[in-house]
Order: sequence, then C-alpha cells, then structure tokens
Amino acid sequence: MKTTAHGSPRLVDLFEYGLDAPICLTWELTYACNLSCSHCLSSSGRRDPRELSTAEAKAVIAELEAMQVFYVNIGGGEPTVRPDFFELLDYATSHHVGVKFSTNGVRITPEVAERLARNDYVDVQISLDGATADVNDAVRGAGSYATAIRAMENLAEAGLKNFKLSVVCTRHNIPQLDAFKALADRYGAQLRLTRLRPSGRGADVWDELHPLPGQQRELYDWLVAHGETVLTGDSFFHLSAFGEALLGLNLCGAGRVVCLIDPVGDVYACPFAIHDEFLAGNVREPLGFAGVWRGSELFRRLRVPQNGGSCSSCAFYDTCKGGCMAAKFFTGLPLDGPDPECVQGYGEQLLAQRPARSHLPRSAVDHSHRTTPATRSKPVDLTLVRRREDLDGAPVSDCAEHPLAGLRFP
Amino acid sequence: MSTMDLDRAWDLHPQVSVRPEPFGALLYHFGTRKLSFLKDRRLLTAVQSLADATSAREAFLAAGIREAELPRYGRALATLAHSSMVVGRTS
Repeated sequence: MKTTAHGSPRLVDLFEYGLDAPICLTWELTYACNLSCSHCLSSSGRRDPRELSTAEAKAVIAELEAMQVFYVNIGGGEPTVRPDFFELLDYATSHHVGVKFSTNGVRITPEVAERLARNDYVDVQISLDGATADVNDAVRGAGSYATAIRAMENLAEAGLKNFKLSVVCTRHNIPQLDAFKALADRYGAQLRLTRLRPSGRGADVWDELHPLPGQQRELYDWLVAHGETVLTGDSFFHLSAFGEALLGLNLCGAGRVVCLIDPVGDVYACPFAIHDEFLAGNVREPLGFAGVWRGSELFRRLRVPQNGGSCSSCAFYDTCKGGCMAAKFFTGLPLDGPDPECVQGYGEQLLAQRPARSHLPRSAVDHSHRTTPATRSKPVDLTLVRRREDLDGAPVSDCAEHPLAGLRFP
Repeated sequence: MSTMDLDRAWDLHPQVSVRPEPFGALLYHFGTRKLSFLKDRRLLTAVQSLADATSAREAFLAAGIREAELPRYGRALATLAHSSMVVGRTS
C-alpha cells in the first residue's frame, strides 16, 4: 500500500477495500423512457411491471438515510415519467438523502422548474449529446435537442443555479467541447462530461461512436485545462495515463464506493454493468439494500486491490488502474488487462483480436421500445385436430362457484 | 493555503453531514455538493466537538492531538474552511 508523506495510507488505496455504505449510488427509477437513445446504457424504453412500488421505493430511501448515503443519482429510463417521481424526490430530500437526477427535459415545464429551484437538496442534470441539433438528435432522437434546450431555459428562468448539462462524449461531439461549455455558461449551468460505455444499447454503437485515439488526447488536454469548472463523475481515469492524474478518485468504485439499484430493485456493482455477472442481489430480499451492500459475495470479491494482470508491468498502471471494468467486460476483453480505450494503445491491439460481436457478453435485461412490428415472412401453419370433449367447456377450478360447473349435458 | 486561527471558535457548516468511517470520516456539503475526507479518527473527534469548544485548539487538544501535531491538524482544518465545510463561529 502506498503512503503519503505523513505515513498514512492514501485514501484511494483504502477505498479499494470498500466502505460500510456507498458514498453515492445510482438509482434508476424506471425503464420507461420517451426517447430511444442509440447508446442507452440501460437499454431503456418500456416500463417493467415489476418496478418498485412507491412504498418499496420509500423503504429504500429510509435505508439510505440510516446508512448515511449522502445522495443518490436518479436516472432511468426517464425518471420524471414515474407518476410518483416528485413524491419520492421530496421524500428523499426530507430524509437527508440528496437527489441528483438526470432527465432529457421532457417534464421540465416552467412550473416544475420553479418547484425544483425551491429545493436546496436537489440537483438537475439535463442530458444532451450534441451542442447542435444535428449531432445530438442523431444519437438521442428527433426533437430531443429542442426538448433539452427548452428545459434549460425553464430552469434558468426559474433561477436554478448551477444545474448540470450532462454530455456523453462521442466521436462526433468531441470537436464541440468549447461549444458545450458556452451553452452551459449561457444558462448558468455547469458542464459535466462522461464517458461512452459499451453497455446496454451502447454495445451496438460503441465501435462507431467511441472517441478516436487522437480525440482521447484532445479530451484529456481539454479536461486538464478546464480543471474544476467541468465535472466528469470520475469517468475518465483511464486518460490519466497521458500524464498528470485527472481530478477525482481515479479508481473503479464498482461495489466499493458506488453501485446501481435498477428499477426492479436489482443491485449491480455499477450503472454500466447491468449483467448477471455483476448482479449482487435485490433490495426486496429480507435484509434489504444494506444486506446486499454488506453481504454480497460479488461485492466482497470486488473489495480487494485490483490485479493488474497484463497491465502490472506498465508504468502508468498506478494512475489508470487498468481502466473501466464494464468497458472491458462488454468489449470481450479480460478484466485484468487494459481498458479498450487504453491511451497507450494496448486495448486496440486486443480489440483487433476480439471475438465476433455475437460472442460478446450481452445483458439479458432489455426494455427497448419495439420500434418495428414483428415480421411475418410466411403463412402460419395450422394443424387441424378433432375436438377434445374434455376441453370443450369452461376450465374448472377447485373454487369454481357455479353449481353446474363441469356438468356436461349429453 | 491560509494559516488557520486556532484560537477562535469554529463549527461545522449547518449543511454538512459527517459519516464516520474506519479510516476517519466522509464529509458531504449539501450546499456546495462537495465531498471531503477526514483521514483519522482524532481529527473526526476534534471536528465533531468544534461546536462546543471555545477554540479549535481546545477541540484538538481534547481529542488527544499533541501540541507538536497542531500545525499539521491546523492545515487540515484550513482545508476544510477553504471548502466551507467548517465556518467561523461568533457565539
């Protein structure tokens, strides 16, 4: 374990062993969404009938309060389409659980913006993946740029200061970093840049959208130049191998200091890892969320210092820690090797040899909108059989009420 | 980093929440939405008793911090003041 000048261990090394409770966690309230973004990391679209009820969600909030989880990052899906969204938001903030929520802006009317501006414990993130409508709408869908801009206008008008403009960095919007900053400044917002992950539907578009090697350098230099004025959610620690470490923990926090609760209550190691491999349990289990966080076998395995594997001999391993576990997993790379976007180029070599897309791990959780009707390519074959008398009448169960149920007349 | 006046009274900012951890504590400021850390338990004890002590020095010494260690702990307190985690108290 590395130590500081005072001989005490570095915090980042202590965090590798996990905390008694997460610092913050991501909570996706619903898989329902009005959009169908091509890179959606939770493959959202349609609501899941098993989603947590209002009462169950409040029970989770009570647990988070008891565990002193400072805040939750609420997302989805589009969380604001849940009819009880504001009820849950108020419940959390009145129970000392701060809320940051991500939205595409669809429900951020002037009235809603005023309501949000009155609550000190709420932070809003408007998602936008292009500084212009053409770049944004190509990924997030027609009209989504206009929706986000209108939401930002409403928030600024209501006097909400320092809300976030949240951008997933892609090959097409890296040239727009300055334009994003200007856009955020115009509405009194703070820019937040995060990394495109090959998770959910993101796996289908990652090859075409992830920043090119030269753009990674451009992004790194831009982040270093803008320092604390731009947030990153600690998302780019793999870029720290360019030199100076970026601000933040520079550590994979999965199952150690963060996790994900999905809409049906499943707890995953991180929001980018919705896959059985990273499923720790469910908040509906008898011991609740706390039981999963403290007792999960998976989390226990994650709470040891990472094995550098083939990265151990790299001079930059101490700063990049091998990068993002989810990015490696969904691109089919070994977890104890380089990140697919390793800035030293080791990931590219491995990507070139990876198995065909059909052999890559894929999440079984998919709530995407069914945008095309089922195709029927040929006539349906029917087999004609004789009528079976025993199936002729209505089904009869033990509790059938009708006194003549089951009686057949000759 | 400015030098810290250890002889005046300090307090945690009212919007700061403190969560003890085995290594010390996590601090979260709901106003600035910034996270901070206390790297040892004695510092945690001192910070938690700031409100009832007449000075930072008194809180530090009562937490078992030795005279010789005061400069180092003073710097830690200055960092917390810089990020508004602790604020000066007049009463």
